[in-house]
Amino acid sequence: MEKVIEFIIRVCGISAVIFVFAIFGFVFWEGRELLISGEFNFWKFLFTKEWYPASESNPRFGVLALIAGTASVTVLAMAIAVPFGLGAAIYISEFCGSRLREALKVIIELLAAIPSVVWGFIGLTIMNELIMKLFGAPIGLTVLNGAIILALMSVPIIVSISEDALKAVPDSYREAAIGLGVTRWQMVYKVLLPSAKNGLLAAVLLGIGRAVGETMAVLMATGHAVHIPFDGTPPFFHPLDSVRTLTATIAAELGETARGSEHYQVLFVVGILLFSITFAVNLTADLVVKGIRDK
Amino acid sequence: MKEKKILCQVLTTLGFATAAAFLFPSCGGGGGAGAGGASKTLIQNAGSDTMVNLAQAWAEAYATVDPGVSVEVSGGGSGTGIAALINGTTHIANCSRAMKDKEITKAKNQNDAEPKLFTMGLDALAVYVHKDNPLEKITIAQLGQIFGEGGTITKWTQLGVKASDGNDEIIRVSRQSNSGTYVYFKETVVSKGKEFKLGSRDLHGSKDVVELVGKTPSAIGYSGMGYATEEVKMLRIATETGNDAYEPNLENAQSGKYPIARPLFMYTLGDPKGATKAYIDWCLSEAGQKVVVDNGYIPISK
Repeated sequence: MEKVIEFIIRVCGISAVIFVFAIFGFVFWEGRELLISGEFNFWKFLFTKEWYPASESNPRFGVLALIAGTASVTVLAMAIAVPFGLGAAIYISEFCGSRLREALKVIIELLAAIPSVVWGFIGLTIMNELIMKLFGAPIGLTVLNGAIILALMSVPIIVSISEDALKAVPDSYREAAIGLGVTRWQMVYKVLLPSAKNGLLAAVLLGIGRAVGETMAVLMATGHAVHIPFDGTPPFFHPLDSVRTLTATIAAELGETARGSEHYQVLFVVGILLFSITFAVNLTADLVVKGIRDK
Repeated sequence: MKEKKILCQVLTTLGFATAAAFLFPSCGGGGGAGAGGASKTLIQNAGSDTMVNLAQAWAEAYATVDPGVSVEVSGGGSGTGIAALINGTTHIANCSRAMKDKEITKAKNQNDAEPKLFTMGLDALAVYVHKDNPLEKITIAQLGQIFGEGGTITKWTQLGVKASDGNDEIIRVSRQSNSGTYVYFKETVVSKGKEFKLGSRDLHGSKDVVELVGKTPSAIGYSGMGYATEEVKMLRIATETGNDAYEPNLENAQSGKYPIARPLFMYTLGDPKGATKAYIDWCLSEAGQKVVVDNGYIPISK
């Protein structure tokens, strides 16, 4: 009996590995024909912005605009979420009383429990009108809208991991710092942040991973327009433009394609690209966290 | 011993669940297959988002005609419906465009049956602007210049009007490429072989387009005329400058004066049989065509 249970538990442990490889294998397999066919130009795929996958006469598969969409929304989301998330984590772990701390943690975790389609709905209705009113934008479904929604979605991850990282700093550091007569803020700034920096970085990276992979909310909030929000005239980046992300494109288009068609395969190649991005981000986060543990 | 007992229980439960799954398969058996059984015959009906309200109304009305048949309607776009038909997950595909040659070949190769087409009604495609937009009419060529790749019209002033919010840029609201409305608009307005200009806001549903245009003073979009609301205005459309512009309505669409009206189709794989055939026949009957009129579409003239 003991052996059977041990075996079952072992299978559970290994299954995660099997699933990851199986999924990558499947995504790669579905896109393989296009990838290895001579017609597919990887350079063109990555660096042109014409995305006409369903065209009869002249299909073009350029994902530059989609990459720019994902990148712009993610970067702006992090620019909002990182200061907020780190600030909240520092406040929760160092400055507030224990009852308030518990209450705040519960509420922030509640934020993580809101389904992404609900966030998307908020973006589509409330944020859309708010952005039109506040910024005088012709339309509110923009990079900014998606970024704010994504920021709100990744804040809980950033807060809880950063808070753990700050908690992991031994109290003796704090006592020593206070003993030297520094203020609380000086202690946070000069002692805690430097010693928890790996954990904080991991928190940010996992937040990025969340933002890159998110689909439904950005599909609804960004306007779903194939458009690059950067150009040569100042301010170079236009957060009030509509964009389309890699994830949203797959979600919106996969249902229409007949299995095995070129369009179907190119969406799987987009999947491989996306998988590689999130894999790189997560791997970096893991290595960073491992860095802390080895210290 | 105790562990063994628990394990046994788990296994028996699992066993029962599996057996149950085999004994009582879900009703998706296929049109006509379960006609003699105790369960209802289920007809799967997927596709065009334009037709989804109409298909739903048909399905509801048919429940009183033949209570033994249940029609399950889902949307997602004509392309989605055709893909489902080819992949064998639906009995009837609703389409607001004809199947492409590529799709027909694929259906034949994959299923060994020719797709069969039924014309169920007509839909007039309306071009919508915000209700405060002073523009009243537009030509097909102008629409092509607004929506088509390489088109030169990007500002409202080029059409001689000003949007009520003072923003001069034309915000194009379009549909995702799985929509039959998208394909039809591309072929008749943007003109054949050409593509849409990139950078339009591509929305998922017919209703979404009208809703977004209603909220955006400088937007222009296209959708079925059945989706009009108080917040938007339907433009009158002329084939060319100098020609009369016609409003999208029943008479103009049936007479062919309104230039962007299109047929609505249903496709089956091979000749429909049993319940599916009875259903399509009923949709084409007088009672079925009354549902078409009630939903803001144009019935087929016999």
